[in-house]
Amino acid sequence: MNSAAISAQPIASPHAHGGNSVTRTMFRVQMALVPATFYGFWLFGWPSFFLWLLTILSCLGFEALSLKMMGVTRIKATLFDGSALLTGWLLAMALPPWAPWWVAVVGGFIAIVIGKQVFGGVGQNVFNPAMVARVALLVSFPVPLTMWVSPLPLTPLAAPDFIDGLRIFLTSLPQPDAMASASLLGYTKTELSRGIDLFHSLAGDHAPVLSWIGARSGSFGESASLLILAGGLYLIGVGIISWHTPAAVLAGIAIPAAISHSVDPAHYLSVSAHLLSGAAILGAFFIATDYVTSPNTTSGQIVFGLGIGLLTWIIRTWGGYPEGMAFAVLLMNALTPVIDRFIKPRILGRDRKGKPLDIPEGKGA
Amino acid sequence: MGFMNLFKTFLGNHWGVHPADHKRPASEQAIRRLPLAPRLHLMLSQHVGAPARPVVLVGQKVLKGELIAAAQGNISAPLHAPTSGVITAIGEVTAPHTSGLPAMAISLDADGEDRWLEVELPADPYALAPTDIAARVAAAGVVGLGGATFPSSVKLNLGRRSSIDTLIVNGSECEPYLSCDDRLMRDRAADIVSGIRLMLIATGAKVAKVGIEDNKPEAIAAMREAASRFGEVVVVVAPARYPMGSDRQLILELSGREVPSDARAADVGVIVHNVCTAYAVQQAVCLGRPLVSRLITLNGNATVMPGNYEVPLGTLVSDLIAFTGGTQGEITKIVMGGPMMGTVLPQTRVPVVKGTSGILLLDANEAAAFEPENCIRCGSCVKACPMGLLPLEMSAHIRNDDLDGAVDLGLADCIACGCCAYVCPSHIPLVQYFYHAKGDLSARQRDLLRSESTKKLALARQERLEREAREKAEAAAKRKAERAAQQAAASVEPKKTGEIA
Repeated sequence: MNSAAISAQPIASPHAHGGNSVTRTMFRVQMALVPATFYGFWLFGWPSFFLWLLTILSCLGFEALSLKMMGVTRIKATLFDGSALLTGWLLAMALPPWAPWWVAVVGGFIAIVIGKQVFGGVGQNVFNPAMVARVALLVSFPVPLTMWVSPLPLTPLAAPDFIDGLRIFLTSLPQPDAMASASLLGYTKTELSRGIDLFHSLAGDHAPVLSWIGARSGSFGESASLLILAGGLYLIGVGIISWHTPAAVLAGIAIPAAISHSVDPAHYLSVSAHLLSGAAILGAFFIATDYVTSPNTTSGQIVFGLGIGLLTWIIRTWGGYPEGMAFAVLLMNALTPVIDRFIKPRILGRDRKGKPLDIPEGKGA
Repeated sequence: MGFMNLFKTFLGNHWGVHPADHKRPASEQAIRRLPLAPRLHLMLSQHVGAPARPVVLVGQKVLKGELIAAAQGNISAPLHAPTSGVITAIGEVTAPHTSGLPAMAISLDADGEDRWLEVELPADPYALAPTDIAARVAAAGVVGLGGATFPSSVKLNLGRRSSIDTLIVNGSECEPYLSCDDRLMRDRAADIVSGIRLMLIATGAKVAKVGIEDNKPEAIAAMREAASRFGEVVVVVAPARYPMGSDRQLILELSGREVPSDARAADVGVIVHNVCTAYAVQQAVCLGRPLVSRLITLNGNATVMPGNYEVPLGTLVSDLIAFTGGTQGEITKIVMGGPMMGTVLPQTRVPVVKGTSGILLLDANEAAAFEPENCIRCGSCVKACPMGLLPLEMSAHIRNDDLDGAVDLGLADCIACGCCAYVCPSHIPLVQYFYHAKGDLSARQRDLLRSESTKKLALARQERLEREAREKAEAAAKRKAERAAQQAAASVEPKKTGEIA
């Protein structure tokens, strides 16, 4: 097909359109992230706001730069289709809330340039750009990427004001000890490695149930599981995502967690601790459902989701890192083309293998 | 099977789309007759199959319903004069097609009397033999009026020969904007039911199921009322979902049978006809009236008097618009048929044909043009596709000139319903890709057939030459052997005699 045939104004049917657009889809996903984001600002103060803003701005900046260097003519339309903004937003949600400014800029570069544009831009990338950046940052800069801060309403210190927040963001001052904290998954992993079982380590302040309201430390956007869940349910309600992927991811974590916890509750976290910790809910509803990097059939999405869930649980339980969602997503992203190759919908009038159905006995001209 | 169906529902078996139907207010107006245009142009090819062959001369006077072009070959349909008048030309006029290219047509000047040709009517149409009904339908030039324009009599005969048990009558009219089937069912339900009964006789089917979408309650009520006296005609309500009116989808919905990919509906014991076709059959058999007019929906924001009009075939679209008060506002697109599968008309000076179910004058709000963007693999097209195809993957293969890859993914099963392009958030003209690829594919198949037949001829020639050479050589060898034998005999003879001696 020559390029003239592609770029010519289409004359073929249909002459009506349902009204959906890339921009509208991206906008709705952003709307779904708003409650959890604002709650995150309240929990973690000005530094988290600066981090969020700069991550998005650097993603947009690198997107514009890449488009310009590639000679794309419609920079404005492509830049504001919302995809780069969403990538930045999701990356910010996955970063420690008080991460310094350069984490945002380097993250934006990795996500947009390495994660997306080198593959050919929107729709062409194999790996989820936000997760590529998250993993690259974690592997390259483990210290700032595991510096968790206690939610401000839980600490005795006063919340940093605008200027203090800016100072924390720009100068990477060491955090006051009173604010430093570990995430639930990191904490239990450390305690288990010290030989302290879960019965003792999870007493008091570290009860997993506090995660529902975000009263525990963790990445900026993953804190309030309830609000993330609400956003995810909104996306299912308006038909942006289907329930298959999130349900499969959560099942993939919950099933092995339930079995192992019932066998040995002293060494394996419970289902609720797994589901409410780290990026489980965020990953299930907002990361694993990324259109570009997930399979395009519902059956494929179930396989994909179960794989992510299972890998997440395995990495959390036996891996070197306390959280495995980002790794699991990337691994399953790599398998997406394979899943799509083997799981295809059945064509009407054909069997699963693509052979025409048999004509029933006694019929036929 | 029941479990599998449950599983399907659980996993989400939601093919198709639910477009805004835009059927009102056009569908609320009773059928109106369009005034007679001064000149009509009857395209010789307005059905599937061979074009009709003109049987009139320029200057000849004809009556309404008189044969002006005869069917040619097994799959074809004749044409009749839509009004009384004089044949003024037999030549090329602009065809109602996106290309705007000309095609052969018979032009007729109306004399204004609109006088029918006298015909003999059967005393009891329902006592006619099945073959007789099919013959009358064939002679009346009735074709599938849902848009396929396949000659109806061929399907009636096929149905009888392949012992079908169910006649499915398509009254679903799933295309947005169109309401001609709806209106016909509301206003002329009794005639439709008569036509269905005649088609039952002609096909030998036991039962007729009339499928109507649940967004047409008035049509459902009217058809139920008309069919109440006849147990063999059943009205089945189908959920409103596009493309419910596609034959494979409707057959599955109404009879639970799935037509194999390489087979016809008759192979699973059903045959599908449109309600308008049933009406045309009734007109042809009971009243002896050939197909000379049809019901057309005029709709779209740029029309002044949207509604359903009975239009003589061959009326120019421009006349239809002029008779209905002209246009209002800016027209962005003129579409013949529905917005999902209809074709764009580059201009309005083209005649309506048997397959014209609607003329839509769409303004900028209704037919906005979008710049296509990159595919974001959202999978909306996969969910929408009623055939279970992967439109996003097929279009990716077509973009890369990989026709075989697209065929492997089921390009041939695509019915071009437009669901994929309708839902695509990136506004990718998927159907355009598929038309393009199907065109390439059929060109390739034609080439293949041609080269195969050439090869066959060449092989046959080679074989013949070889055979001739072989025969020649054999004959020569035989002659040589004979000669040698004679010589040998001649030389041996004396010895033999010597021996004897």
